[in-house]
Amino acid sequence: MKLSFKPSSPSGLIAIVVVMFGFGFMLVPLYSIFCEVTGLNGKTSGQYLGPVATDVVDNGRTVKVQFVANRNANLPWQFAPEYEQVELALGERKQTFFQVTNTYNTPVVSQAVPSVSPAAAAPHLHKIECFCFNQQALQAKEAKNLSLIFFIDSDLPSEINKLTLSYTLFDITDSSTTTTK
Amino acid sequence: MYEQTETTHHGPAKGLMRWILTTNHKDIGTLYLVFSLIMFFIGGTMAFVIRAELFQPGLQLIRPEFFNQMTTMHGLIMVFGAVMPAFVGLANWQVPLMIGAPDMALPRLNNWSFWILPFAFLMLISTLFMDGGAPDFGWTFYAPLSTTYAPPSVTFFIFAIHMMGISSIMGAINIIVTIFNMRTPGMRLMLMPLFVWTWLITAFLLIAVMPVLAAVVTMMLMDIHFGTSFFNAAGGGDPVLFQHVFWFFAHPEVYIMVLPAFGVVSQIIPTFARKPLFGYHSMVYATSAIAILSFVVWAHHMFAVGLPLGGELFFMYSTMLIAVPTGVKVFNWISTMFKGSMTFETPMLFAIAFIVLFTIGGLSGLMLAIAPADFQYQDTYFVVAHFHYVLVPGSVFGIIAAVYFWLPKWCGRMYNEAMGQLHFWLSIIGVNLTFFPMHFVGLAGMPRRIPDYALQFADFNMVTSIGAFLFGTTQLLFVYNVIKTIRSGKTAPQKPWDGAEGLEWTVPSPAPYHTFTSPPAFTGKE
Repeated sequence: MKLSFKPSSPSGLIAIVVVMFGFGFMLVPLYSIFCEVTGLNGKTSGQYLGPVATDVVDNGRTVKVQFVANRNANLPWQFAPEYEQVELALGERKQTFFQVTNTYNTPVVSQAVPSVSPAAAAPHLHKIECFCFNQQALQAKEAKNLSLIFFIDSDLPSEINKLTLSYTLFDITDSSTTTTK
Repeated sequence: MYEQTETTHHGPAKGLMRWILTTNHKDIGTLYLVFSLIMFFIGGTMAFVIRAELFQPGLQLIRPEFFNQMTTMHGLIMVFGAVMPAFVGLANWQVPLMIGAPDMALPRLNNWSFWILPFAFLMLISTLFMDGGAPDFGWTFYAPLSTTYAPPSVTFFIFAIHMMGISSIMGAINIIVTIFNMRTPGMRLMLMPLFVWTWLITAFLLIAVMPVLAAVVTMMLMDIHFGTSFFNAAGGGDPVLFQHVFWFFAHPEVYIMVLPAFGVVSQIIPTFARKPLFGYHSMVYATSAIAILSFVVWAHHMFAVGLPLGGELFFMYSTMLIAVPTGVKVFNWISTMFKGSMTFETPMLFAIAFIVLFTIGGLSGLMLAIAPADFQYQDTYFVVAHFHYVLVPGSVFGIIAAVYFWLPKWCGRMYNEAMGQLHFWLSIIGVNLTFFPMHFVGLAGMPRRIPDYALQFADFNMVTSIGAFLFGTTQLLFVYNVIKTIRSGKTAPQKPWDGAEGLEWTVPSPAPYHTFTSPPAFTGKE
């Protein structure tokens, strides 16, 4: 018997069902790519690997960056930025630290998830080095300074003069094999 | 080819096995309709519990956790157990009769797609008796409420959804194949009765979006049991993604629940106005336009999640655009009645009530579509009022109208007209008493899905509860009328309605077990 894939035949209709089931899963990467390209949802891109100009200071325009550190599900850890706000010129490379302390008596693995607000600024914030690229393992009662190196490119829309970079720290000890950006 | 020994005009098998083994479209249609009626009363009982608790402010009867289980199960059972199977039942009975086909194209598949359902719902309802209780995260089952914070019974819920999805998909495939391949000679697509057209479009919506529902619950299952992180931010997932995928399914789903009702009304209005349907072609195009638009409006359910301005505007305007084809349909129904020689038997009363009350639901939908205003309405009783206006006097009235309209054909007996009219008037009073005050408390800020409320909402909530008890108990009258008709109604003629047109009225009443074993002559005019 020859299978017909017309949308008036059972096999054709089953093919549509299979394709749409796959499409449901395809929505996951599509959503991710869409958010990354447009910077919607405050999603930042991965590690910046392009050229970094050493001393670009763009016509004196500066921008304030606020740092927010959250703990998911009220983890009893200490997690705070070194400075709550920094001011930097566009194109200027900046290093800052976040302090984290594991208050548990057991080792934990944590993962920080970033978000930028306003979302329109997200594509212009580039992270050269970030603790959020890797899982952070902490021994019992261990304290750590986590490093972040970033810059903001000169294409930042002119109406934005202040942006917020937020990190939420998750305890992923139970499933500590996955990685995120 | 071997000789067929059996006569083709045998009756149904005897006993219980008739219903289990049947491949007859009329038997399966009956099974679907009876099943959906039972589910309607189970879901209705849950609504009864909800309204009893909300009769007065404060917590009187049930614990908040159980209240959440009731709202969740009420929604799931009414959507997947009552409304959808009822329409599939109507399609099983009527599509072959209306296109002059001897049966559905895939009769064994048909049997299977029905018999999955009782097991799916047995599993869903059994979660009420499990440790941790039934699903309590709302019928929209947003992650992470339905993943990280879900009761253990969520796994049974996921499998139940899978099973009812498979059932719907098989039913839809069957209907499409039947409509495309088994029409009587001469019935071109643009000559099909409108009920058949709306079901064809609905079936395509079903096979397009039910797999997406299956995908989203599969992702939930994997997040819960297999350590993936689709919706878990710690692993790089995103809870908002859940809402996007879910509403990509669930917005077309709301049209799945109403398009067949459009078809029913488009059959009934011309019959009792004794005029052909006004604007047949525009009706077909409007239905298709609604179906296509339904794929690009999903995020209007999510205006408050933090969409960018461009997204809010796109989804606001595309949603409002749906009012145009819907308006065309309402205009056509009214134009069909205009200067018609109208009579107001029970099916016609329900059909007219459908038009009026569905339009009210549509207008509150337009209000909700306005993104800046939606921030006020989001998650209030205004939303509850809106979707109950389109689903109860919309879909449910459509189903009731269809049952009164075709019952004489199905069982060969006439229902009691006086009792039908009483049922109608009590229903319409009950429906409006229940759902209209919800607009007011919603605009005043009463949140949905909460078992207690501020004192200023007390009076309207009491009115709503009284209306709900009236509406619910009135439906027992409907059941009594239907049972009485089947057992001892007056014999119905072959064509009980004066102005009825269509192939289903050319077979005797009751419709014999096998109809159209040879294709009927079709003299449809354009």
